[in-house]
Amino acid sequence: MSHSSNPKPSTLIIEAGKTEKHYWRDLWRYRELFYFLAWRDVLVRYKQTAIGMAWALLQPFLTMVVLTVVFGRLAQLPSDGAPYPILVFAAMLPWQFFANSLSACSNSLITNAHVISKVYFPRLIVPASAVVVSFVDFLVAGMMLLLLMVVYNFVPTWRIIFLPLFVAIAALASLGAGLWLSALNVKYRDFRYIVPFIVQFGLYLSPVGFSSNVVPQRWRLLYSLNPMVGVIDGFRWAILGGNFHLYLPGFFLSLFLLLVLLISSLWYFRKTERTFADII
Amino acid sequence: MSDVAICVENLGKKYLLSHQQEGDRYALRYAIANGVKRWGKRLLHPRQGVTRPELEEFWALQDLSFEIKRGDRVGIIGRNGAGKSTLLKILSRITEPTTGRITLNGRVASLLEVGTGFHPELTGRENIYLNGSILGMSRQEINRKFDEIVAFAEIEKFLDTPVKRYSSGMYVRLAFAVAAHLEPEILVIDEVLAVGDAQFQKKCLGKMETVGKEGRTVIFVSHQMGMVNQLCSKAFLLNQGQIIVRGTPATVIQQYLGDFVSNTVNHATRSDHNYQTKEIYIDHAETVNSKGIAITEFMHNEPIFLTIHCQVNQWLNHITISAALKDRQNRKIFTTESELSQQYRTNDKVTACIKIPANLLAPNPYFFEIAVHIRGVKIIDLLDEVCSFRVNDLGSELAHYEGLDYGCIFAPCEWIINPLVSQNQ
Repeated sequence: MSHSSNPKPSTLIIEAGKTEKHYWRDLWRYRELFYFLAWRDVLVRYKQTAIGMAWALLQPFLTMVVLTVVFGRLAQLPSDGAPYPILVFAAMLPWQFFANSLSACSNSLITNAHVISKVYFPRLIVPASAVVVSFVDFLVAGMMLLLLMVVYNFVPTWRIIFLPLFVAIAALASLGAGLWLSALNVKYRDFRYIVPFIVQFGLYLSPVGFSSNVVPQRWRLLYSLNPMVGVIDGFRWAILGGNFHLYLPGFFLSLFLLLVLLISSLWYFRKTERTFADII
Repeated sequence: MSDVAICVENLGKKYLLSHQQEGDRYALRYAIANGVKRWGKRLLHPRQGVTRPELEEFWALQDLSFEIKRGDRVGIIGRNGAGKSTLLKILSRITEPTTGRITLNGRVASLLEVGTGFHPELTGRENIYLNGSILGMSRQEINRKFDEIVAFAEIEKFLDTPVKRYSSGMYVRLAFAVAAHLEPEILVIDEVLAVGDAQFQKKCLGKMETVGKEGRTVIFVSHQMGMVNQLCSKAFLLNQGQIIVRGTPATVIQQYLGDFVSNTVNHATRSDHNYQTKEIYIDHAETVNSKGIAITEFMHNEPIFLTIHCQVNQWLNHITISAALKDRQNRKIFTTESELSQQYRTNDKVTACIKIPANLLAPNPYFFEIAVHIRGVKIIDLLDEVCSFRVNDLGSELAHYEGLDYGCIFAPCEWIINPLVSQNQ
């Protein structure tokens, strides 16, 4: 906000237990800070690395190769008609996005502790900007998918236009889980050790290296309790086209759980946020 | 439009002190274990309220009310732990009050630290934008002031160098330059001015003064009384979370120095046992103020008296009492002495008093070396490192440099400055 252009000084009332009122307005006012924090993290992320942004390509690419070899070649799992690398990569994209956001978010408040204890701004900005940074990586890794499509001469169907929708869902999922973990991490540093586990196990619990159609039909709904199942299936549905079938009950269950996750995370974050500066 | 910039009513801030080992308080296992315990208790005794004996309440601020008018520059002083930082944190909305209400008329910018959010990997240019936006400037505002900030910080050449390669002086200059260009209606400043070299400090303080003169409201916390006195138009003395004195800086500071600084008596007495064998010995000595009260905290503009009490065992001629003032580094600043002209008899007591004039000693801690001797013959008795005291700056000419070593005395030098004759004529 630019007050200098605003001759009337605004009045701010701070009352015990009533800071809620300004919150969403403040969030809008501080949008530039959000932009700057995200910009800083993007700039800093690959500073002083020899290959820079290429890391954002290399990591998912190498993981994809390993998963393709293990699940596609060795385990001979079906690929739903698409080339196995593309099947894997279509899932790698949202998964890496989610996993990177999760790690970045959970540490974001701690790494910015010096700022949090010295300046006021809606704290929501910090984990949100961490998600944005992972999103930039996601976009870069997306190039790799395009490259793979060219190599395998794979043409996506009309469903690809729904991809942005699923990207948005993935972003909300990342934010939801990230907010929970970031807020918990402020109070209980145990989560610093829990997050890598979540990320590690999640890679195998989510249908990244294989198609979720491998899962027996009667377990599908149970499997969809993992919200990332819905996100990844959505990506595959949009990218792989015709041969991939979306298991709708499972998809909506995942979506519903994601919504619960997001809303509850906002609630918890807002609840604990006011004490961040005191305990961080 | 009201002329009140800040109105604070019944403000209180409570912290919970844990009696658990530090670090354990927020451990997950602790939270889970206690959660289970409390749940179990509730199950067993459903009627009882749940108490948490392991936590103790601590009110950092309690029932604080004050009003600050637009354009006032208010200094807040108090001992460590008096609640100054908590108050600043609440005013700058970093933490929430537990009780009470604050009305702020105008944009608040808080400067609790210079260089908040500076990232070492980013260049000077990038950090100006980042830090500016963290302090609450908009992008257009930063764009507009960018050149001014760079010029103020004197880092033109290094604008595109990562700040981690900066010298610490450059780093601080840049950090302060950004902060100095904030244009809020209310500026909240913690002790951040004691940075950089002396020249830069002067520049910063000059900037601060203009901020005040432009009609902005400034709240300033400092331990440097000289700065408070020089910069502020009003002062509050905070003690145990409450304002106990408010008024002009000079009166508040005097009260603070009088009551709150550990004003112990620096009464030095003999400890060795062979003093009875000496012809004359120093029995005790202490510093007192002009009212004759023994104190150890002096203001720079009041005289300091050292009284030396001697006891005569056997009179000799030409006995001289001398005192040398030393600074922290044990350097002698001056020596002064006086020969006892009168004759004294055995068991007489001699009291000598030295007056160090006001406005002579620079704000520093000092101590004395006191001796009784016969010039060129022998030292009869000597006490070293006694009667330590401190001089506090109450807004001297050099208050800008408080905390820095600018010497030990205020030298009353005269300056004669001739206008430079232009070479071109």
